[in-house]
Amino acid sequence: MFRRGWFLPIAAALGFTFLYAPIVSLVIFSFNENRLVTVWSGFSFKWYGELFRDPQMLNAAWLSLQIAALSASIALVLGTLAAVALVRFRRFRGRTLFSGMVSAPLVMPDVITGLALLLLFVAMESFIGWPRGRGMLTIVIAHSTFCMAYVCVVVQSRLSDFDRSLEEAAMDLGASPVRTFFDITLPIIAPALVSGWLLGFTLSLDDLVIASFVSGPGSSTLPMVIFSKVKLGVSPDVNALATIIIGIVATGVLIATIIQLRTKPKKARA
Amino acid sequence: MAKKPQQLAVDTRPWRDTANHKPFVRIKNVTKKFGDVSAVNDVSLDIYRSELFCLLGGSGSGKSTLLRMLAGFETPTSGTIEIDGQDMTNVAPYNRPVNMMFQSYALFPHMSVEQNIAYGLKRDHLPKGEIADRVAELLSLVKLQDYGRRRPHQLSGGQRQRVALARALAKRPKLLLLDEPLGALDKKLREETQFELVKIQESLGVTFIVVTHDQEEAMTLATRIGVMNQGEIAMIGEPTDIYEFPNSRFVANFIGSANMVEGVVTEDEPGHVRIRSAELGCDIYVGHGVDCAPDQLLWWAIRPEKMSLSREKPEALHDANVTSGVVEEIAYLGDISLYQVALESGKRIRVSQTNSVRGNPDAITWEEKVYITWGDSSGSVLTV
Repeated sequence: MFRRGWFLPIAAALGFTFLYAPIVSLVIFSFNENRLVTVWSGFSFKWYGELFRDPQMLNAAWLSLQIAALSASIALVLGTLAAVALVRFRRFRGRTLFSGMVSAPLVMPDVITGLALLLLFVAMESFIGWPRGRGMLTIVIAHSTFCMAYVCVVVQSRLSDFDRSLEEAAMDLGASPVRTFFDITLPIIAPALVSGWLLGFTLSLDDLVIASFVSGPGSSTLPMVIFSKVKLGVSPDVNALATIIIGIVATGVLIATIIQLRTKPKKARA
Repeated sequence: MAKKPQQLAVDTRPWRDTANHKPFVRIKNVTKKFGDVSAVNDVSLDIYRSELFCLLGGSGSGKSTLLRMLAGFETPTSGTIEIDGQDMTNVAPYNRPVNMMFQSYALFPHMSVEQNIAYGLKRDHLPKGEIADRVAELLSLVKLQDYGRRRPHQLSGGQRQRVALARALAKRPKLLLLDEPLGALDKKLREETQFELVKIQESLGVTFIVVTHDQEEAMTLATRIGVMNQGEIAMIGEPTDIYEFPNSRFVANFIGSANMVEGVVTEDEPGHVRIRSAELGCDIYVGHGVDCAPDQLLWWAIRPEKMSLSREKPEALHDANVTSGVVEEIAYLGDISLYQVALESGKRIRVSQTNSVRGNPDAITWEEKVYITWGDSSGSVLTV
């Protein structure tokens, strides 16, 4: 119906504009020379230089990257285990409940997750004395918790269309179950693991609400720092920082996509 | 392609002489239950060395479950499985001298053809050189010498099938299990591959157990066939036995096509039996003794090609084995024509005739009244 018309191109253009116009304007204004964010007065790398002289920003960025990498990795392991359990143990008692509970954090409001975790950490500290105080450790634990749900969903979908006879074939050829997992299962679900990890990484990097609840003194993540700065008025170095982050994330996604395309078996011909 | 008897050892078929031959695979009273459902029910089966045994059955007949128990992917609920004199019932799949070729081929997508074939050899920690030699040997066995470095997705269906076979043969298993080995190939390729499979099996002397739902495949490949129905073995026999001498109505109907009529025994002599069939509209004279009693209700099955059609009434020996009807349908298949004849009772009988005269203008045609006749040992008397 719309095959040759003007509707589809325009719809696509509008959609993409809607999605990317803010980002593009942010990138453009990060090269603005003017101190006022909204007034263009010439091209400059000034704010990038400024940014790298701001220790608060740099520390927060480094902390955020560490937290993101750590929690994505923890979430990857836990999420994969949960996914394997959900897909492989057919029909154990309470399977539906378990599978619903795993994905519940996906729809849980961040405020509630954050509050719940904070209460848990406080209670744990008073009962078992761990984790002592709040800081990077508690943020990592909190982020792992909700990233795990995402990893689990991604890996689950990959595992459910995994041909089990591949594993049986490996065992039939003399590989023990552990060997089979590392030789066959892991390489085949690797793309899902990579995207799960990247998803966890970006979600953690992005999170403001949960981190605000569970962080402690001296452990402000990047979003927290940006947010508190913006409250006092937008400064152009935030634009510069955001541009760098966009660059990193875009590169990561690009690499992940290339890996996925390379390892994905092309559709069989015959 | 049916195997010539002399290709097997000196005296032909070990299963015909069970006193002097030890079975290679011994399945004893094996039952497998999934919950309350028994997929395999008290199956006992002996398979001899170098046999090409086909398990034939429809879906849900338990044939695949039986194969999976032989491979070790399922454990029998009760009963034992012995391979080459050793109890394998509870041995893990990776410790069995058995390899399997999967229906989906299950080629590892992230490995090349060579790596796929070498996988089992590497698990045995063979030296590198030996592995390379074996892989080359197997690739030439399945005629894929130039494809070693390709990935499975770069191969055609037939090539993948051959890689799967080579991989399953790599460890020189005593027993090879094949799950619908030709199922995914198109008809033409399937026919060619059947020949190759039999050739490879004969040259290596490995015992093959093949699961299939395709009776034609079973007939062409097998030394013996085990027909399975609802988790039980309905009949075990050579292809000719199964086709010509079915032991039950299920087997007669399942293998090939058969006309089946009900009848009552009227004469029961050691040398012959007479059956009165209202459906057929005539008596059936069977030229050999049958284990039955007078007035017993039983069934008589006959294959379409065992009967002949004529316009003139043929001479009826023993006043039996001739009936008449009207041609209702004709299916011209080239080599043969299949006639469906409606008898007076309303019963429809299918008769096939060889088209030995080219474009025969005098062939029997629609709506003609015809006589059907058959020899006194052409049909099978079935009591179950």
